[in-house]
Amino acid sequence: MSTDLNILVGGEAGQGVQSVGSVLARAMMRGGYEVFADQDFESRIRGGNSFTRVRISSDPVQSPLEKADMVVALNAETIDLHLSEIRGGGIIIYDGEKTGSKPDKGVLTLDIPIEKIAEEKAGSLRMTNTVASAAALGLLDYDLEILIGVLREEYGRHGDKVVEGNIKAAKAGYEFAQQHRPKDYTERLKAGKSSGKMLISGNEAVALGALAAGCRFVAGYPMTPSTPILEYLADKGREFRVLVIQAEDEISAINMAVGAGFTGARSMVATSGGGFCLMVEGLSLAGMTETPVVIVLGQRAGPSTGLPTRTEQGELLFALHAGHGEFPRFIAAPANAEEAFWLTVKAFNMAEKYQSPAIILTDHEMADSYYTVTPFDLDAVVIERGDLLTDKEANKAGEYKRYAYTKSGISPRAFPGQGKALVVADSDEHSEAGHIIEDAETRRLMVEKRMRKHEGLQKEVGEPAFHHREKAKFNLIGWGSSRGAIEEAACLLEANGVSACVIHFNELWPFPAEVLVKNLAGVAKNIVIESNATGQLGRLIRTETSIKMDGHIARYDGRPLSAEYIVEHFEREVA
Amino acid sequence: MPAKQKEKVTIDDYSPASESAWCPGCGNFGILRSVDKALVGLQLAPHEVLMVSGIGQAAKLPHYTRANVFNGLHGRPLPAALAAKMVNTDLVVIAESGDGDAYGEGGNHFLHTVNRNPNLTYLVHNNQVYGLTKGQASPTTDLGFTTKMNPDGAWVAMHPLAVAVACDCSFIARGFAGDIEHLADLIAQGVKHKGFALIEILQPCVSFNKKNTYDWYRERVYKLEDEKGYDPGDRAAAFQKALEWGDKIPTGVIYRNERETFDEYVGVAGQSPVMKEKLDPKSITGLLKDFI
Ligand SMILES: Cc1ncc(C[n+]2csc(CCOP(=O)(O)OP(=O)(O)O)c2C)c(N)n1
Ligand code: SF4
Repeated sequence: MSTDLNILVGGEAGQGVQSVGSVLARAMMRGGYEVFADQDFESRIRGGNSFTRVRISSDPVQSPLEKADMVVALNAETIDLHLSEIRGGGIIIYDGEKTGSKPDKGVLTLDIPIEKIAEEKAGSLRMTNTVASAAALGLLDYDLEILIGVLREEYGRHGDKVVEGNIKAAKAGYEFAQQHRPKDYTERLKAGKSSGKMLISGNEAVALGALAAGCRFVAGYPMTPSTPILEYLADKGREFRVLVIQAEDEISAINMAVGAGFTGARSMVATSGGGFCLMVEGLSLAGMTETPVVIVLGQRAGPSTGLPTRTEQGELLFALHAGHGEFPRFIAAPANAEEAFWLTVKAFNMAEKYQSPAIILTDHEMADSYYTVTPFDLDAVVIERGDLLTDKEANKAGEYKRYAYTKSGISPRAFPGQGKALVVADSDEHSEAGHIIEDAETRRLMVEKRMRKHEGLQKEVGEPAFHHREKAKFNLIGWGSSRGAIEEAACLLEANGVSACVIHFNELWPFPAEVLVKNLAGVAKNIVIESNATGQLGRLIRTETSIKMDGHIARYDGRPLSAEYIVEHFEREVA
Repeated sequence: MPAKQKEKVTIDDYSPASESAWCPGCGNFGILRSVDKALVGLQLAPHEVLMVSGIGQAAKLPHYTRANVFNGLHGRPLPAALAAKMVNTDLVVIAESGDGDAYGEGGNHFLHTVNRNPNLTYLVHNNQVYGLTKGQASPTTDLGFTTKMNPDGAWVAMHPLAVAVACDCSFIARGFAGDIEHLADLIAQGVKHKGFALIEILQPCVSFNKKNTYDWYRERVYKLEDEKGYDPGDRAAAFQKALEWGDKIPTGVIYRNERETFDEYVGVAGQSPVMKEKLDPKSITGLLKDFI
């Protein structure tokens, strides 16, 4: 029988919601399950209410479920907020001594003195998280040894005493749950063999992708949801010889990255919409000077500072149109952590091959969620640096033309100091040698040279994924992080007798128009599904193919798209 | 650069490739000659030097000499220069800027770069106006100076060198475009200095600044070297000199304080350049295990 279990852990910021979620997710992965865990937190350090959802499945999962099978309530608000989301037969775990009231809606409950157990059995209130995770696993009769293994890793660096305390806390919480499990609670979860997969967030996957691709310079200014990328890379910087600089602002960050790229280092910035706004002039600078640079644009709900810790796909058209003047760029929007790794590698390659900026569009939902992923096959990572002068060529004195006209528009690149050739780059319009010009003819030729690179990029861009269904009535079309939810919605619709194809884009510019037009030729109605109010992908498709979408399912409340949300709105607005 | 037998560098090695777009008589010409002279004096070949500039008349200087050049955005030469130096510490990196570029649009970068103390030389051509955009006031324009955009007269001028002293800039000097020998010497000292060297250059703009002319400066400038007992290591004295403006204007080295450079702090000083590092995806094999 296939498993699909959703555990929601809720509490105040600072109570360890994420740590309970992460321990549960890891324990489940170790037992061979597929896991998807996402985070819902407020923009505050303490208090408020946040939750993490850990979805455990025997099949691959990449999207959240709105209904929970189990709620672990670390505070009273969680009971109020999430009680109605518990599925029939589901259960809520809470510490009655702390939360006061007993949940009275017809759900199963386990009142467990989490704090008391932590204090009495492990001697520290800091172990409450462990008691809570262990209680959840006890209810499910899951393998306690797996949990103990995870705790050893989690707390190993704090020393034996902390590890032993946590193990005691875990045993006590686990036993309490087993002894007090309501009779009617029938859900059990059997641990199998470990799948050997990784549990990794979208942000971590981007950071690993950058390291694998040989990124050597990173500059940034902290902004949710991209900060963890900067922090991960800063942590590994010295070991892997990556310079990670906290710049004074995003303007500085992008100019640093362009300076490093010009000097020959693979370079990257990571930011969010507001920071990207500040980077836009620098983006054009990269376009004009033909300097490779990778930009991670982590979307959150806007406009302006918006909902700082919540999700949206509101910046597709911004990423596409940002910058003054015209120049080629590459834009990718990974659907999950696995794609985040591979598309980051590709972004570095495209940036260097085409000497143009490459943008990776993530969003809070993808960036901060955890996925189970087959370990990345590093043998399959190919580094393409594009057309570079050899040291010997660069050392030949004489006039080097940084912007030599070529058929592909790509001029062989040399680095300053590589040899006697002098490398001259300019943000003003320039000659082949890189010096400022104003004449019309050189300008025309330079514009054409730069834009020829767009044609090359067009051939490199990956096709959207098409999941066909015979005689489908609908095409469900989406991009980026929402793929899991859309695919799942298609399955739910199928069960309701509505057949729908899924078309998903993870590379968006240059836009793969030709292949899309071919596949849209049919009678199916095109429904675009996006986490934004205006249907940005729909607008892009219309501009690039003249095909108008027949319907639009939008979510812009800061919460991620889910299969339930899509089906509900489909039935209400489309069908 | 490897210590191979080097050919002797002469002034011809710096003969410009393109024609200048500066007004005849502009102070930038004197600065250009001083830069070339300093580099020849230091026996640096053009390919060993990277000049990074922003936008403005001053920022065009790299085009009129010979070197590797990155001519970027208005106000942004410092971030680009810093990164270039960090990824390739073998390069001698000189940033060129105007007063608008350096202290207006680039004010934030100025503060933070001084603070970081990277191994760069920063030449700020201070003509006390915006040249390229035709004569508006800049952050250093004298109080009351009227322009089309400042009909009420410019507001209080900032004292960038005093700001630099406050931020403990490790080398601060002022030169005058009308004294090439002296300026070239200051530039050479700046390039040799380990850390961030700020050299502000009094630069007459013959088209838009009819007040601060060659003669105006000649009447006022004096050299700190000639002042008995001036110690550039004395921060309090340096602060006073950095504020001195009006009847007497000091030139020469105002402040000097060797401190840890950003290259050292980040751990790239004395290492082979990061940009020459081999790119090997397999190097992260060990990291994947952290996630399993
Ligand atoms: C973002 C931006 N704002 C404004 C300009 C227009 N601009 C070009 S040069 C300049 C001022 C230059 O003044 P300064 O740095 O003092 O150099 P000068 O021309 O006097 O040597 C301005 C405002 C620009 N290029 N970019
Ligand atoms: S406008 Fe002023 S600064 Fe610009 S070139 Fe003419 S004289 Fe020199």
